[in-house]
Amino acid sequence: MSFIKTLISGEEGLFNGDTLTSMQKMTLRFVVVGLIFYGFVVIEGMLMRIFEVTPVPFISQPQFFAIMTAHPLVGIFGSTYSIVFGAFLFLVPFLMKKPLWSIKMAKWNLVFVAVGTLTFWTAGFISHYAPLYTLYWPLPADFNQFSVWGGTFFIIGIALVMVGSTLFIINIFKTITYTPEGWEKQPAGALLGSALGIGGFKNLFRKNKIEHLVSLPVAAIARGTVDMAFNTGIILFTGVLILIYMVASILGFDLKTTAIDALLYKNWFWWGLDLIADGLVLIFVAGTWYLLATLITGKKLFMQNIARAALLVELVVSWTVWSHHLLSDQAQPGILKVLSGEMVTAFELITQGLAFFITLATLWSARPLKMTNPLKFLLGGLLGFALAVPAGIMQADVGLNRILHNTQWVIGPHVHVAILVGLTMTLYSAIYFLFPILTNGAKMHSQKLVDIHFWCHLIGGIGMGAFMGMAGLNGMLRRSLYVNGEFNTYMILAAISGTLLLIGFLVFFYNIVMGVGIKGVIDIFLPAKVKGKNLLPE
Amino acid sequence: MVDSTVVIYGQTLAYTFYCIVLILLMAWFAYKVTRGDKGTFVKPAIFYTFVAFLTVLGVSLHIITFNTIPWAEMDLNRSNYNPDKTFVITMQDHKFTLPSSKMIIDLNDKVLFDVKSNDLTYGFGLFRNDNTMMFQMQVVPGHRNDILWQFKKPGVYTIRSTEYSGPKGVFMIEKDVVEVVDHSGIIK
Repeated sequence: MSFIKTLISGEEGLFNGDTLTSMQKMTLRFVVVGLIFYGFVVIEGMLMRIFEVTPVPFISQPQFFAIMTAHPLVGIFGSTYSIVFGAFLFLVPFLMKKPLWSIKMAKWNLVFVAVGTLTFWTAGFISHYAPLYTLYWPLPADFNQFSVWGGTFFIIGIALVMVGSTLFIINIFKTITYTPEGWEKQPAGALLGSALGIGGFKNLFRKNKIEHLVSLPVAAIARGTVDMAFNTGIILFTGVLILIYMVASILGFDLKTTAIDALLYKNWFWWGLDLIADGLVLIFVAGTWYLLATLITGKKLFMQNIARAALLVELVVSWTVWSHHLLSDQAQPGILKVLSGEMVTAFELITQGLAFFITLATLWSARPLKMTNPLKFLLGGLLGFALAVPAGIMQADVGLNRILHNTQWVIGPHVHVAILVGLTMTLYSAIYFLFPILTNGAKMHSQKLVDIHFWCHLIGGIGMGAFMGMAGLNGMLRRSLYVNGEFNTYMILAAISGTLLLIGFLVFFYNIVMGVGIKGVIDIFLPAKVKGKNLLPE
Repeated sequence: MVDSTVVIYGQTLAYTFYCIVLILLMAWFAYKVTRGDKGTFVKPAIFYTFVAFLTVLGVSLHIITFNTIPWAEMDLNRSNYNPDKTFVITMQDHKFTLPSSKMIIDLNDKVLFDVKSNDLTYGFGLFRNDNTMMFQMQVVPGHRNDILWQFKKPGVYTIRSTEYSGPKGVFMIEKDVVEVVDHSGIIK
């Protein structure tokens, strides 16, 4: 096929949008939106990296910090949430062999997340609202530095994403528990209990063990969604709180910021935010590893009852680890620093280590495996978390935190390696696995380009984390600027690594577009011609 | 007290070694998993040994650092120590107000930095001339923010806010305002 023909109609003309069900289209839309926002994040990252090396005229310092504020939020909500929502809204009904509770709600879910992300991104871009995602009190309500109108729209954007998240949460739990039309009545309570681990916990004390009603990946999705529900509530509440200060300011009233205790706010905020980083991300990722390992091998998961129990432990642990973010806060009680900040946090090494081992052991049991695209990206994802989790455990130590907190170490070897290598490569593995299923047999344009994507992403992600980490160990702070080029060597090396990531993403995007064709991409956003709630065409 | 550069050096070595071993291990696994006649099940004993290893590692890391990093114990129990010197510092409007233009410290002294914020959440960190960090803490408004530190090396240090407090926070730097001198008063 000629280049133009492939660009328009896709590889070998295999993709036909008319054959897609509503569910397939809905899932693909989530993925496309998520990948577009991922593109935003990669470009933003490169812009910030360039500015860190040498100030460029088209970015001002306030703009730099506005980009830094939007960057993680676009990455988490716009990109990761979109891809995860799409994948799980497809997988839960797929694994439970029943239709999604509401496709309409899923479509609105995407609209809220996409519009919300664009709203807060645009608000920050125009107004330079930049309290950063940590929003330490009373910074978000400091109107000497920030435009109150910009802040208002920014918070509204975040609130829209949270509404979208709420729709996802409702849809997931309703899908697990509801009885589809014409079906025998489903045991909603027992299904919910099994998904949340209550059934498994009761089994510990029963002579006659009761079988799990939902599969392990569905249990992982449900438990991660519990953390998402708490997190959504906290962020919504926090947004409303900040909004009250902003609306009051617009109306000419200056509310007293000291009415809110700064340390209490910090504890509250980190408790909620940590439900993403140390909660739902780890649980969702472990569940995805288990699912991919069983799908790739066709074998049962190694030690699956322990894996199921570990997911419950991880859920409980995620509610009690927030204090590792406050080890450098001298007013934080010492008991919280040691128990929550150090000891309970160390459990994440155990739970994540278990997930790592169980996945590898499952793959090992099916030797020899073909090194498929999902397998190689899954191994990359496993490596990413195995590098990033111990880096986090090290900084969650009273002694080491004194010299690591707020340095590039935290954001490099821990956060960026966890997200870019661990999480994103796991998501890529799922995308490569689901691509032919969701497109009814379309093919990637080029296997060589998949390999380039893999190596660019892996080397770029680890390289970026490593050079940021070296800068951090040498004293470079995060959320700061060094106008005299003190850390330029590390930042240039990190920028080269970032360039690899960008190349990897562009290659992947090109490969996907050439796989389905531009006509196919447009088709994805048109109404489905195959009616009904079926996941796949009959 | 051991200087924090020694601790950083130890950490760098340990983590680098871990990363190299892990990457090699994963490369080996990726190679082996595509070869062999048939898969073998991993013995549960290996799994439980791994779990035990992680548990010991997770707990012992903090016990080891508590007993080897000298400031860890002093920091948690700082109210039980009598500082040789106390510096009260105020932060407001993105500016430091220092007790004097130069804070002179005698070698081996235990010094308490008592830092107060009157508006935003800031950070307080001490940095060497090569930009490496000596230590830092958060400075939260409405709360006591104090850190006790023993200086074992003479030198000149810079104070910098280590927490983002808006774009202006980048410039919260007080260059060479802390000086640690030996008993004869000569800077080494």
